[in-house]
This record gives sequence, structure tokens and C-alpha cells, in this order.
Amino acid sequence: MNLYAIKAIYVFEMSRTLRTLIQSIASPVISTVLYFIVFGSAIGSRMEDISDVSYGSFIVPGLILLTVCLQSISNASFSIYFPKFIGSINELLSAPVSYLELVIGFIMAAVTKSMTIGLIILITASFLVDIEIKHPIWMICILFLSCVSFSLMGFIVGIWARSFEQITIIPDLIITPLVFLGGSFYSISLLPDFWQKVTLFNPIVYLISGFRWAFFGNADVYIGYSILAILVFTFACILIIWRIFKTGYRIKS
Amino acid sequence: MNQNIIQISHLSKTFKDGTVALKDINLNIIDGEIIALLGPNGAGKTTLISAICGITNISSGEVSVSGHDVIKDYKKTRALIGLVPQEIALQPFEKVIDVVRYSRNLFGCANDDAYIEKILRRLLLWDKKDKRIVELSGGMKRRVIIAKALSHEPKILFLDEPTAGVDVDLRFDMWELIKKLREDGTTIILTTHYIEEAEEIADRISIIDNGKIQLTEKKSELMQRLGKKVINIKLDQEIDIKIFRDEFNLTQGHDKASIIMHHSDTKKDDSLDRLILKIKKGKYKILNIETDEKSLEQIFLDVVSK
Repeated sequence: MNLYAIKAIYVFEMSRTLRTLIQSIASPVISTVLYFIVFGSAIGSRMEDISDVSYGSFIVPGLILLTVCLQSISNASFSIYFPKFIGSINELLSAPVSYLELVIGFIMAAVTKSMTIGLIILITASFLVDIEIKHPIWMICILFLSCVSFSLMGFIVGIWARSFEQITIIPDLIITPLVFLGGSFYSISLLPDFWQKVTLFNPIVYLISGFRWAFFGNADVYIGYSILAILVFTFACILIIWRIFKTGYRIKS
Repeated sequence: MNQNIIQISHLSKTFKDGTVALKDINLNIIDGEIIALLGPNGAGKTTLISAICGITNISSGEVSVSGHDVIKDYKKTRALIGLVPQEIALQPFEKVIDVVRYSRNLFGCANDDAYIEKILRRLLLWDKKDKRIVELSGGMKRRVIIAKALSHEPKILFLDEPTAGVDVDLRFDMWELIKKLREDGTTIILTTHYIEEAEEIADRISIIDNGKIQLTEKKSELMQRLGKKVINIKLDQEIDIKIFRDEFNLTQGHDKASIIMHHSDTKKDDSLDRLILKIKKGKYKILNIETDEKSLEQIFLDVVSK
């Protein structure tokens, strides 16, 4: 195992984040605080409790996941797209680094960034609303798995993308709508029967429901299904990345 | 003893769009030599380097570096190779020393600041070590990509058009550096458009055209074999070369008082000696003799245009 290379990639990626600390951390925190002010305080005070949880607290897991998923995708996709764009990917390809080592280096960096942002949002939220975490270990595990799986997905997007515009297509057109419609701001039990069934085809529902279960101990779908859905999604991403490197898709001529 | 450090056998590369970039390449690279790969644009030079270094997938054939297959034992082979790419591809906002350290680590080596300092000093980059890449001139950036390629102490160095677009001073510096590296035992494979560069520093020349190796020879032998001399003999009076024509390969000069002789420059060819004797016997005085050697560039053009 070329541990020097994994560490080099990780440190290099993290130093990029530290150099752009304001964009990397402050902006997602500020936008989340705005969500809390609007949905939590202004509108939330007029909303009924959902399963004995105040609306302000109820939206915390969804908000964390919304930011974490989008940040994971954008961090990971940019980290691999940029070397592709400027051509320094050739150095990675000509180095004695296996694909696994390469992916570990980039994904660990992306996961560290989005986990940090997720935890900062949680801490920020704790100042604004009452939060009690019923299953803290599960909360950390689900958060971690979400970061890993969406970072892997971001890595795929970064390799697939042929322009900076394409990097934003997947998060803007697919992930954001799925997270919003996946119950970030409401319980799917509030939907009419038909839409409840339709919404079960949205994989993000399982993620948010599982994460909310870790916070409040109750969920829209059975926690086992949530864990299974996250694992299936993670392995699907790993499989795609393995295929990408096996065939050299869009990285090797 | 001359030992092959790279062995390329029956290497072919066809791109997905059907373009055949390399056709059945066979080439051995000798440990410690400087070999220049010459060829026009699109000849396949960069593709050949990319295939050895792992940037391009190989369609068929085998390449081994120091006895290890470049696909099966890629970690071993790549650790031995340093690559200076044609395009300058650097992370613009990083510091010089950081990008060089990064390359060393990427190639599986622990940090060694003393060695990095040695390289940066050698490339006149030490006082720029804390500058960001974006602040450097084009020539300095080129030095940085060389420093990156040397950061892990490679045994083999690929230089893909290292002096393209650099000024004359930097080009001479590079040539000196390449010669020094060879003295230290590094094998150097150089692709270049500047034929004078190959003429100046290479031990062997390989000419590639249309994805095929047209010839590979020691530079000195190649120059001797194909590098014919043109000799211009200026006399004190006009001469009709018809009197010599049957015996020698001559043409009349512009002013009718000079003779142009095409000479093969081998030991067996004594025609110049015989011609001078005949001129003397004819009571002509020789005022001047100029020789014009056929350059590697002309040899290259002859080979490529065949």
C-alpha cells in the first residue's frame, strides 16, 4: 500500500480547503442558519409538532443531510475534475498508485470536509433549537456513510463531467429536488396515500428517515431498510468507480 | 556492459475512434543512455511515452522496465520513472516546494527536504520555493515540472519536448542539466522538435513517423552513414568540370571558378584526395575549400519523406 501517496493526496486536498476556509465552511453554515431562521423560527413557530418533536428540531436532520450530500458531491467532483481540467491527472495516472489508493485519498478528504460541515451545522443548530440525540453512535455512523456514499457519487460526477457546468448538473437537477422531496422539511406521513407510495421510490427518503430515527427514535420507514438503502447506494458507487478505472472511462485514452 | 533498461516489443495502440497511433513498435533503451525520439507532429512520440508510463492503455504488445511488466508490476516500473510532460499542468495556487514534495510522496517516497533542496537549487528554483505557481514565468514553470519529475530520484527520465517554447538560455541550461543527470546514471528518453537538441545531447536517435519506428541508430553512426558532406572548392580561374565528371560526383559552382563535390566522408572514399591531385596537375590554384556537413535535420527530413 502506497501510504505516502494516500497521505499526500489527502493533505493536498485538505490544504485546498483550508486555503478557501470561508467558502468551504462559512457559506454552508450561513445558509443553514438562514433556513433555521425562516423555517425554524419564523414559520416553524406556527407549525404543529410532528411526532412530539417541535418543527424547528424536526428539520435539523434533514437540513444537515441536505448540506452534507451537496457538499460531498461538490467537494469530491471538483477534486477529481480539476486535475482532469488542468491535466495534472496524468501525474496521478503515471504514479505508482493503485486506483483504490487514489480513491481513498480523495474520498477521505471529501468526507472529512463534509463531516466537519455536518457537525458544525449540528452545533450551530443546537444554539437555535432544542436537540436531543437518542442514538448518537448511529447518528455518526449514518452521517459518515452518507458522506462516503455521496463523495463517491461526486467522484463519479467529476470523472463523467466534461465541463464545470456539468459538475453542477447532478446536484442541482437531481440531488436537490430529491432531498427536498425526500422529507427534509416534512414527514412523509403528511402526504396523501398515493404520494406516500411514490415517494418511497426516492432513495433519499430512506437516508433522511434513518438519520431522523437516530435523532428522535422514530422514523417514516423501518430503520433496517434505511441502513440497507445506504449500503446498497455505497456499493453501487464503488462498483461504478471500479468499472471506471477498469475501463479508463474519460480518464485514460 | 550495455543492458536494456526498457524493452518494448510489438507495441501497438489504436484509439477508440480508430486512429492507429503506434504500429508494432520494437525498441530497446539502454541503461544510462540519452535517446532522442524524433518525429513530426502526430508521429506517436507522446503516445509511446504515455503507454510506457501508464497514461494510455496499451492495445497490444509488451513493455518492460528493468525486467518488470508495466501493466502487471506497474508499481515497480512507475517508481523508477520520472515524466516531464509536454503540457505544463500544475495546480496554480500551490507553492513550488509543496508541489515538488507532493510528487515525491505520490511516488511512494518519504519526505526528504535535503534532497528537495538539492533539486530546487540545481534548477535555480530555491529562491522561488515559497512562490505560488501562478506567480511564476513560463520558463520557471517548466523547471518546476522537471523538479517534480526528479523528486523521487528516478532511474529513468522521460522528457517530452522539454525545451518547447523556452528561451535560448534556458534551453542551454536544460541541456547541461540533462548531461549532468546522465553522468549521475539516469537514463534519459527525450522527444523533441528541435533536431539540434538531439544532435547536441543524444547518444542514439530513433526516428518515428506515422506510429512506426523508421530507424534507431547511434547518433555518430547515423551521421556518418547518412550525413554526406558537400565540399566547395574555389579556384583561381574558371574551370569546366566536364573534364572530371566521369570520375567524380561534381557540380559546377555559381561562379564557374568553383566546384561542388558530394563526399560520403568514409575512410574508403579517397575521391577528394584524387580530385585535389587532378586540380593541381591541371595548373589550377586552390583558393579556398569549404565543407558543409549534412545535418541531422536533413537526414531526418530524408527519412520522414521516404
